Amino acid sequence: MLEFTKSETTEKKDRRDFLKMLGLTIGAAGAVTTFTSTTLGATNLNSSKSTLSLIGPDGDLVEVDPAKLQMAEEIVSDSELLREYQRRGREGIPGKKWVMVIDLAKCQNARKCMEACQGAHELRPEQHHINVLRMQDTPDTAPYFMPKPCFHCDNPPCVKVCPVDATFKRQDGIVLIDNLRCIGCRFCVAGCPYSARIFQWSEPDMTEEEKLRTYDVELNVPQRKGTISKCLFSADRLRIGKLPYCVSACPNGVYWFGDKNEDAVTNGTTGETVRFSDLVRDNAGYTMHEEFGTKPQVFYLPAKDRRVPYDEANRMTTQN
Amino acid sequence: MAEVNSPSLTERKPLSQIFKDLITPIKTVSFSSKVWDRFLILIIIWGTFAYIHQLQSGLGITAMRDYSTWGVYISNFVFLVAVSLVGFLLTAILKLTGIKWATPISRIAELVAVAAVMFAGLSIIVDMGRPDRIHHIPLHGRFSSPIVWDITVVNIYLIMSVIMLYLPMIPDLAILRDRYTDAPSWKKKLYTLLALDWKGTDEQYKLLNRANRIMMILIMPVALGIHTVTSWLFAVNSRTGWDSTIFGPYFVSGAFVAGTAAVIIAMYVYQRAYKLDAYITGKHWDMMGKLLVLVSLVYLYFNINEFLVPGYKMKKLDAEHIRALFVGHEAPLFWSVQILGMIIPIILLIFKPFRKPLPMMIIALFVLVGGWLKRFLIVVPTQFHPTFPIQNVPENFMVYHPTLAEISITLALIAGVLLIMTWFVRLFPIIPIWEIAHEEGYHQVEEEAKKPESAE
Ligand code: SF4
Ligand code: SF4
Repeated sequence: MLEFTKSETTEKKDRRDFLKMLGLTIGAAGAVTTFTSTTLGATNLNSSKSTLSLIGPDGDLVEVDPAKLQMAEEIVSDSELLREYQRRGREGIPGKKWVMVIDLAKCQNARKCMEACQGAHELRPEQHHINVLRMQDTPDTAPYFMPKPCFHCDNPPCVKVCPVDATFKRQDGIVLIDNLRCIGCRFCVAGCPYSARIFQWSEPDMTEEEKLRTYDVELNVPQRKGTISKCLFSADRLRIGKLPYCVSACPNGVYWFGDKNEDAVTNGTTGETVRFSDLVRDNAGYTMHEEFGTKPQVFYLPAKDRRVPYDEANRMTTQN
Repeated sequence: MAEVNSPSLTERKPLSQIFKDLITPIKTVSFSSKVWDRFLILIIIWGTFAYIHQLQSGLGITAMRDYSTWGVYISNFVFLVAVSLVGFLLTAILKLTGIKWATPISRIAELVAVAAVMFAGLSIIVDMGRPDRIHHIPLHGRFSSPIVWDITVVNIYLIMSVIMLYLPMIPDLAILRDRYTDAPSWKKKLYTLLALDWKGTDEQYKLLNRANRIMMILIMPVALGIHTVTSWLFAVNSRTGWDSTIFGPYFVSGAFVAGTAAVIIAMYVYQRAYKLDAYITGKHWDMMGKLLVLVSLVYLYFNINEFLVPGYKMKKLDAEHIRALFVGHEAPLFWSVQILGMIIPIILLIFKPFRKPLPMMIIALFVLVGGWLKRFLIVVPTQFHPTFPIQNVPENFMVYHPTLAEISITLALIAGVLLIMTWFVRLFPIIPIWEIAHEEGYHQVEEEAKKPESAE
């Protein structure tokens, strides 16, 4: 069963960051979640007293001396780390098929999702991986707010048109962009019928420190001038067993996120987990503009019984 | 046979006269021509500075933004590819169908093709966000992307067009090698090298004609391919205004219009600058005028299809797009292009008095500028009618007015095309000497060329 840790662990921050870098997660009591790193292979593990228990890539339990980990930190060069990020970024998380369900009835245009997303991905205020739109389908129907991320289509036109395989679809369903590969032709922007993609027209707004971070394809950070960026379903958070940034930031219970293979989605606000198929069936879930044949993997629940009057909510919609 | 299609039906020109007329432009560079090329070079330098600025600051210095992600650079690309198609029209289609009147202007057409397609390739590079990664295309190329098809076929077309420009020039190069005795030594070397030991034997001519013919046939699918695939860069996207099944023929027919207009302008300039009245004659103007009417009518037909059918249905997003073009923001440009660049030219050129050099050149200018603007109208406005509304972005994301940098770079690309066309004439004869001589009934042209000039 899928379980997302909702609170941060209380590990010492620097070590946790380092382990995260390696793709490791250490549970608070040594009982551990996934472990995917191969970079530790060079370190000679011995059995000193105070060790950390980690589960290796093949599911075996390994004892690691924290001192050795410190050493490993030194020998792991940037390029090795980058190679590891790129490898696992292309591969995806085996066995998963991520889906999102967005409940339009609950969206009150709080825009916490947009904020969290822009913070995580070093975006400018006018750049949106997720964009909350004011919608009104016809003059006679009720207006509503619609958060619009990338739909991580199963038949993604953006992937088809990319000339260099910079945008690609992984086994877990996520469509990612490799900012080190992208040539900036922007064909994918033309190809995406949902306007999910943004382009770094100028040097991204980042501090010097941020610029020096090792590029993580699962986070698109550091952002690169002259390349594409878009919603990544927070692949970096999924890797450490957490819900996407937007999903956990929403105060109104709009987002459900989870694994289609397990048929379970978790609400980012309440933490409640339900069957995906039940949720979508019982609430008349649908996907946007499926006539394009793109097979979106973001599902919407209709905007019925909206509790927030549109006019009031409308007031909050200021242009950036 | 030769006499029937002779450019001057009245009297036969002496061969030495033909040599003299057609070699003179290579020998002497006029003052105005020098001023002209300095002017072009200045524009290119200015554009290069703009491009360096763009490399440093990113595409942010253009007016392109997320909802107008392709702008004038892509319009340039489509335009230049379109213009280049005329080489195929005038040299391959007309020659293969046995139409001979185009002989004296076939080299102009092929030159326009080569110059335009070269700079079409550059336009694409200028548009790239990361030109430093251009090697990723051969390295990581994915064949499912129409860009990869386009790059492939643009390069093949460029190579084939250069060959088609070169092959029929070989006998002329031999003539230059033997006749142009006071040439600077580098030119002599160049001619000797390029003439490939041409002697003008029957066997060589047989080979040359066969090679030419093969090229004319081979270039057909490539030429159709280059512009059809270019149209697919748009048509493969599920977007209002691009989502059309007739984009291939629509683009190809439009390309013939733009290319024919470009050749007409080039004919005018070359004829005036190099006094080629005896070679580019009234008959050529007349025929080119008729050709422009013909291709424009075909283009008009596709235009009606492209706009009338969605305009009749008025599907939600199509309706927005069509309203913007017909009565909205884009309407003044759209109607000027359609009326001044297509309908009025067709009407005027039906009448013989307008099929004369000066009026035709002016009409062709309208058609050509209209052709560029039409590409712009195809590329840009469509993007402002996406599936979901454009919201939460600054004002400048919702309009597209090209910036100074974009205009400078665009002008530099056009100047590049013109510069190639200017320099070419200083090196090579723009009218095929041997073909003219053959049509006038002279044989053994190569032998004659060897005789010293003073003997005549
Ligand atoms: S929504 Fe757009 S960017 Fe996302 S996968 Fe689909 S086509 Fe690609
Ligand atoms: S802009 Fe980048 S990601 Fe998009 S199609 Fe071009 S190379 Fe691929």
